[in-house]
Amino acid sequence: MTLESVDVVVVGAGPAGMAGATDLAGLGLNVVLLDEQGSPGGQIYRGITLAPLSRRDLLGPDYAHGNVLAKALADTSVRHIKEAAVWQVSRDHQVSYLHGGRMHTLQARAVLLATGAMERPFPIRGWTLPGVMTAGAAQILLKSAGAAPVEPVVLAGCGPLLYLLGWQYLRAGVPIKALVDTTHRDDYWRARRHLVSALRAWPYLRKGLQLMRSLRQARIAHFTGASALAIEGTDAAEALTFTANGKAERVSTRCVLLHQGVVPNIQFSQSLRATHAWDTQQLCFSPLRDSWGELDVPGMFVAGDGGGIGGAQAAALQGRLAALGIAARLGVLGAPQRDQRGVDLRQELNDNLRIRPFLDVLYRPRDEHRIPTDEVIVCRCEEVTAGQLREFVAMGCAGPNQAKSFGRCGMGPCQGRLCGLTVTEVIAEARAAAPGDVGYYRIRPPIKPITLGELAGD
Amino acid sequence: MPIEAHSRAPLFQAVASETPSRRSVTLSFNGEALNVPPGISVAAALLMSGVERFRATPVSESPRAPYCMMGVCFECLVNIDGVPNRQSCLVEVVDGMQVRSQEGARDLQFDVPLVQVLEVQP
Repeated sequence: MTLESVDVVVVGAGPAGMAGATDLAGLGLNVVLLDEQGSPGGQIYRGITLAPLSRRDLLGPDYAHGNVLAKALADTSVRHIKEAAVWQVSRDHQVSYLHGGRMHTLQARAVLLATGAMERPFPIRGWTLPGVMTAGAAQILLKSAGAAPVEPVVLAGCGPLLYLLGWQYLRAGVPIKALVDTTHRDDYWRARRHLVSALRAWPYLRKGLQLMRSLRQARIAHFTGASALAIEGTDAAEALTFTANGKAERVSTRCVLLHQGVVPNIQFSQSLRATHAWDTQQLCFSPLRDSWGELDVPGMFVAGDGGGIGGAQAAALQGRLAALGIAARLGVLGAPQRDQRGVDLRQELNDNLRIRPFLDVLYRPRDEHRIPTDEVIVCRCEEVTAGQLREFVAMGCAGPNQAKSFGRCGMGPCQGRLCGLTVTEVIAEARAAAPGDVGYYRIRPPIKPITLGELAGD
Repeated sequence: MPIEAHSRAPLFQAVASETPSRRSVTLSFNGEALNVPPGISVAAALLMSGVERFRATPVSESPRAPYCMMGVCFECLVNIDGVPNRQSCLVEVVDGMQVRSQEGARDLQFDVPLVQVLEVQP
């Protein structure tokens, strides 16, 4: 194992990581950027430097913008280590990763975690069947392989990413069998009080309205206010069933793409024992940070969706603010200069975030699709159902960590990444407690699977 | 005895605007040869080649396939060149790669002290 000293390690090469690393290097710091992918971009700009022009055009101008960040990064002294699986970040700023089958550890003076978001779990009956994927997964296939479903596909759920994928599929000539939207008339009514604020983020709103208009004009079967979503099938998906306008519906398809928003990926901040709080608006846990993104673990910073969902532009701005905060912490920049340079960035960030309350309320995932009925699998790895979880609670299980010993819930290969939020909410409901009081899985390294052979090195 | 890979038509294919790559990569899935475009993940390659079932769960042996494509869900685990539990959405295709579906075994370990039982390197 090799131990090397650097100023800053940035984990994740999405918008926050690319922008943060670029600015840190610009401030004269020695920066290593570690990322799991073979090229920069994160998930939102996945494959941006490799995608042929035709694909970039198909995906739209927001995707193409990722190349600006990637180009700026390439022009710096940042050492970007690709295909690096970071499996441990310690409170004293050591970062361990696996690269090319070898173990490496960096000793940093500060760490910027820019690990982004993941899809919110969509636990419904049949969601483990082959042919059921997230809209994000389908978008990754489009960005990285130029691939889309062969047969007419069903898009189900709610949120900007779902409509964006629909728009991209229309442009690509991919047949869409139905858009099953869970957004209800009442959701629009509830969201209206955030509309004034959202109007101040007009470019976002306009883009959203354009997406929805093109989907309507394409005359795709569009169900709204859909509830009780479930997938039928034995060895693979055969149909999506749901209720819309009081009527039971069934749409047959081999491919169902689910989406009900994204949530922060908090594996690293949790493993650092940083304080996290339940976000009642975004219905997820996020780490507590100061205005520069620093956690209550000194020298550990978070930028981008890993600290709360704000989108790609907000993520890049947060990355730049964190770079200023880190530079001040390392004595490269005085506090007054940091504050002065941060003014415009902060203003732009606040403008960017004005759309969020509107989106969070309008596309709030339905309770029934977050806290499922008894027969639905919650922990996909160990096949633990919501009913079993409720039995554990009846036997005295108070939180997610105890659910592990009650029935291996969250102990499979994904380490509770995918079921964590569902487990918290199911237990909270069963106990009539607040999700924040129920808490989250205790996350321990290794964050990525490693073998003893790899750990031993050589 | 190879398990049938092409049980059905592929779930995914290249969109019309994609220029077909002149080069292709040959890999095998459960012994059956597949020709796929270069530069894509193993998971994408299998989805574009008609592989519907990537593995079976250890608990009930129910069929699974990729769900997130971004390294979160671990549903796409396969055996690549003899190494089990590879996240196929994070591994790029390489000529000659031998991929096998993973049948049931609960052999992925995160707990470091337990791993030595599974893997001892010479």
